[in-house]
Amino acid sequence: MLSRILSEDFPRSKTLTALLLVIVVSLALGPFLFDGIRAFTTLGMICVFIMVVAAYDLMLGYTHIVSFAHTMFFGIGAYGVAMAVDGMGNSFGAVLVGIIGALAVSFVLSLLLGLLSLRVKAIFFALVTLAVAFAFLSLVTQLYNITGGEDGMRVRVPRELGPAFRPFENSLPGIDVPTLLKGLLTQPWNIGQVWQEATFEVRFNGRNVMYYVLVAMATGVFLFLLRLVNSPFGRVLQAIRENEFRAEALGYRTVVYRTAVVIVSALVATLAGAGFALINRYVNPENTLNFELMVFILLMCVIGGMGTLYGAIVGSTLFILAQNYLQDLLGWVGQYTAGIPLVENLLGEDHWLLWFGVLFVLSVYFFPAGVVGQLRIWALQRRNRKSPPPSGPEAEPVAQT
Amino acid sequence: MAEPILKLSGVKADIDQYHILHGVDLVVPKGELTVLLGRNGAGKSTTLRTIMGLTTLTGGTVTYQGQDITRWPTPKIARAGIAFVPESMGIFGLLTVRENLVLAAVSGPMDEARLQWIFDLFPPLKKFWDKPAGTLSGGQKQMLAIARAVIEPRDLLLVDEPTKGLAPAIINDLADAFDQLKEQQVSILLVEQNFNFSRRLGQTVAVMNDGAVVHAGTMAELAENEELQQDLLGLGLGAHQ
Amino acid sequence: MTEETTAMPLSETGSGSERERRSPIEWLRDQREHRAHLFLLAIMLLASIAVIDFRTWLVLTISGVAMGAVLFLMASGMTLTFGLMSVLNLAHGAFISLGAFAGGTVLAFWLDGFASSPSFLTNLVAIIPALLFAAFIAGVVGLVFEKLVIKPVYGDHLKQILVTVGGSIILMQLIEVIWGPNEIPVTRPEALQGAFLVPEALPLIGGIVLEKYRLVAVVLGLAIYAGMLWIIDRTRIGILIRAGVESREMVEIQGYRIHLLFLGVFIAGSALAGLGGVMWGMYKELLTPHMGDEMMISVIVVIILGGLGSIRGCFYGALLVGLINLYIGFVEPRLAAVATVGLMVGVLMWRPQGLIPVIKV
Repeated sequence: MLSRILSEDFPRSKTLTALLLVIVVSLALGPFLFDGIRAFTTLGMICVFIMVVAAYDLMLGYTHIVSFAHTMFFGIGAYGVAMAVDGMGNSFGAVLVGIIGALAVSFVLSLLLGLLSLRVKAIFFALVTLAVAFAFLSLVTQLYNITGGEDGMRVRVPRELGPAFRPFENSLPGIDVPTLLKGLLTQPWNIGQVWQEATFEVRFNGRNVMYYVLVAMATGVFLFLLRLVNSPFGRVLQAIRENEFRAEALGYRTVVYRTAVVIVSALVATLAGAGFALINRYVNPENTLNFELMVFILLMCVIGGMGTLYGAIVGSTLFILAQNYLQDLLGWVGQYTAGIPLVENLLGEDHWLLWFGVLFVLSVYFFPAGVVGQLRIWALQRRNRKSPPPSGPEAEPVAQT
Repeated sequence: MAEPILKLSGVKADIDQYHILHGVDLVVPKGELTVLLGRNGAGKSTTLRTIMGLTTLTGGTVTYQGQDITRWPTPKIARAGIAFVPESMGIFGLLTVRENLVLAAVSGPMDEARLQWIFDLFPPLKKFWDKPAGTLSGGQKQMLAIARAVIEPRDLLLVDEPTKGLAPAIINDLADAFDQLKEQQVSILLVEQNFNFSRRLGQTVAVMNDGAVVHAGTMAELAENEELQQDLLGLGLGAHQ
Repeated sequence: MTEETTAMPLSETGSGSERERRSPIEWLRDQREHRAHLFLLAIMLLASIAVIDFRTWLVLTISGVAMGAVLFLMASGMTLTFGLMSVLNLAHGAFISLGAFAGGTVLAFWLDGFASSPSFLTNLVAIIPALLFAAFIAGVVGLVFEKLVIKPVYGDHLKQILVTVGGSIILMQLIEVIWGPNEIPVTRPEALQGAFLVPEALPLIGGIVLEKYRLVAVVLGLAIYAGMLWIIDRTRIGILIRAGVESREMVEIQGYRIHLLFLGVFIAGSALAGLGGVMWGMYKELLTPHMGDEMMISVIVVIILGGLGSIRGCFYGALLVGLINLYIGFVEPRLAAVATVGLMVGVLMWRPQGLIPVIKV
C-alpha cells in the first residue's frame, strides 16, 4: 500500500528515510510541537516551498530545463488570490476565483514559454525566462493601482482561515520540542520540571486550519509529482534528459513533453503561490517575484538533490531553517569572534548568505547529487559492498538504480 | 626499413562510452607515406584523433620520435611537429584564406618562399586570398586544409580521407602535392578509402578492421598480391573508384 | 538559412551593376536580410522621430546612445566569453558592481581632491586611475574566478549556471563585507557635471541641453568599440579569437593552448564589465552592491539580441536597448522594462540566433 502511494519510488536509504520521517512528522504535528510565531511561519514556509521546489525539480532535475521564470508563476498565484480577495471580499468564492484566474494566466504564459523553447535552444531559453520574469516583476511593481506596487498588498483571508476563528472550544496540549531538548540536555535529572516548561497551550485557530490545508496541499502535490515522474510520462522525460536526439528518433515529440513539463511545473508553482498568500497574508514583489527568491529555489533544489523529488523536501527544510535560524547560530559564534576585525565581519549574522553560497558552490562540485542523491549513493555503495554486482560498463553510479 | 617516426603499441581508445580501438599496433616509418586502409567504422579516423590526443586513450602508448606522447595535450603534440588534417578539414569558414594560413603559421610570419610554393601547388588559394574560406569549393577547401598543415615545416602529417567527394582532376593535384611533400622527407600517415590514390602514393600500408590493425607491410607487396587484395578487398576496399 | 551569409554580407562582393538592377523594395529586403542590425536601428530611429518632437528626440537619442555605450562595455565581455568558451557567467553582474565600487573608492575617497576641482585636466588625474583601477580589480578577480569557479565546469552548462549563480552571491556578499551593506554616494567629477547648452543661434538644434557626462560616455564607448574591432579584425589575437569561436578543437590542433586564450578573454571581459560598472556608478552617483545585477537584465537582452559571440552584434544590441529604454521611458515610463524584453522576444522570433549570429547556439 505504501508502495502504491509512493509510486514505488522509495527513499532507498535508511538515513534518508529517517530524515524524511522526522521532517514529515514535524510538519504534520507542527503546531503542536513548536511554540511561537516564528516557528509557525517557518513551518508554513517549508510546506509552501516543498511544493515550489518539487515543481522546479520536475523541470530542472527530471528534464534538465533551466528556467528562471518559476517565481513569476509563484507570484501569479499569490497576487491572483490577493487581488481577488481585495476586489471581491474575503470569501472562499473569491479565493477560488483568484486561484482559477491565476491558474489560467499561468497556463497561457507557460504554454507560450514552452512553445518559445521551440525556437531557441537551452541557454537562450534560460536567459529569456530570466528576462521575461524580470519584465513581469517590473510590470507588477509599476502597476501600483492594482498591485500595490512595491508596498504590496494585505490579504484578507476568509474568516475560517483567520486568527479569529476557533474550531475547538478549549485549548489543545502541545509540547515545545526545542525547549524539551534543551531541558533534557541541560538538566536531565529534572524531568518533571523540564516537561512542565515544555508544555504549552495550542490555541487552535483559523491560521492553524490554513496550515493544515497547506500540509494537505503539499502532500497531495508531492505524491502527484512522484506518481508523474514514475509513470510512462516520467520515463520519457528521463529519456529526453539522457539523450534528446535519441528520444526524438524513437518517435517522442520532445517539444510536446517539454512544454507539458513547463506547464505542469508552472501550475503547481501557482498553486503554491496561492497557498503562500493565504498563510502569509501579505504579498509584495520582494517575497514573491524577486530574483533572489528564484536563486533560493535553485539552491534548495540543488542542495536537496536534483531529480529526486525528495530533495525538495530536504532542501526546502534545510534552507528555510537556515534562513530563519542560521543567523542565530552566527550571532552565537559572533560572541566569540567579536573584536577580530575582518573575521567578525565575515561571520556576522548578516552574512549567512555568504556561507550558504560557499556551501552551495562546494556542493555543486563535490556533491552534485545533493543531500538526497548522495545519501542514496552511499546506501547503494553499502549494499554493493555486501553483495558486489557483476561488472558493467557503467562508470558512474546512477542515483536512480 | 627506415626508423619509425611514430609508433603505436596496444592503443585502446573510447569515444563517450563506446570502445573504438581495441589495441592498435602501428609503425610509421620516417620519410615515407604510410596508408591506413580499412572499411568504414574500422577505427582509422579514431586512430588519427587518438594520436593527436583528441580522444580518451584507455591503454597503450604512442611514441613520436622516441618520445612518449601518450598523455600529452593536443597543442603540445601539434607543436612537437605533427600536423593533422581532419576528415572535416576544419577550415575556419568565417576567416579569410589568408587568416587561416596566418593562424596555421604558429611560429610567426609566413615564409615567403614557402608561401610561393603553396601558391604553385594550389593556385586557387592565391586567387581567393582575401575571401572567406567558407566560400571555397570542396576541393579548394581541401587544398587550404593541406596548405595549413604544411605552411610551416612539419615532420609528420596525419591526413584523413582527403579525396572524399572530390573530382578526379583535383585528386590529381592532391597527389602531386603529396609527391612533393614526400620529396621533402615529410613522413605522412594517410587514411584513405580510394585504393588507386593510395597505391600511387603509399610506400607502406596498414589495414584496420574492428579497431585493430590486421595487416601491415609494404604497398608493393599488397599491390602485387591479388589474393591478398581479395582477402582485404573482402573488407570493403576498392569500393570507391 | 546559411548563417555564414548572414554574418558576412556577401552581397558586398557583387558588382555595382547588380545593385543598379535591384528595385528599392528588393534593396530593403536585402538590408533586412543581411544587415538586420542596421535595419532595426533605422526603424527604431524613424518610428520614434515620428512620435516625439525633434529636439526632445535628439536629446533622448544621445542619452540612449550613451546608455548603450555603457551597456556595451558591460555586455561585450559576457558575449565574448560565451562565444569563445561557451561559458555562461551569471556572476558577470558582480564584476560590474565590483568595478563600480573599486573605481568609486578612488574617486570618492582616495583622489577626491582631484575629482572636486573644476578643471577637467585635474579631474582626469582622478578619473583615469579610477577607470584603470576598476578594470584592474575586476580583471584580477576575474582571473581568480576563472581558475577557481569556472574552469572545473567547462562544457557543463547546467553546472555553470549553478556555480556562477553561487559565485555571484559570494562575490556580492564579499562586496558587502568589504564596503558595508549601505549605499555609498559618489559625486561625479566636477568637470563632468552639468551640461552643454547648444548656442541658441544654431538652427533646429539651438538651445538644446546636452549632458556632459553622456557625451563622455558615448566617446568612451565608441573608442573602446573601435579598439575592440581593430583587435578582432586586424590582429593575430583577433584571428585566434574568431577561430576559437568557430572551433575550439581546431585551434588546439593548430598548436595553440586555447585555455590561455580563454583566460585572457575572460579577464578582459571582466575588466570591461568593471569599466562599465564604474561608468554607471559615476552616472548614478550612488553605489549599491546589487547595481550590477540590476543591469544584468539589460545585459542579457543585449547579448541575446546582438547574437552570442559577436562584438558588432553586441554593440548594435546595446544601442537598440539603450534607445528603446529612453524612447519608451519618455512615452510611458512604466513600460520601459517590458518593452525591452518585448524587443528581445520579438527579435528572437524573427532571428532565433540574434541580429548578427556568429556561433550556432
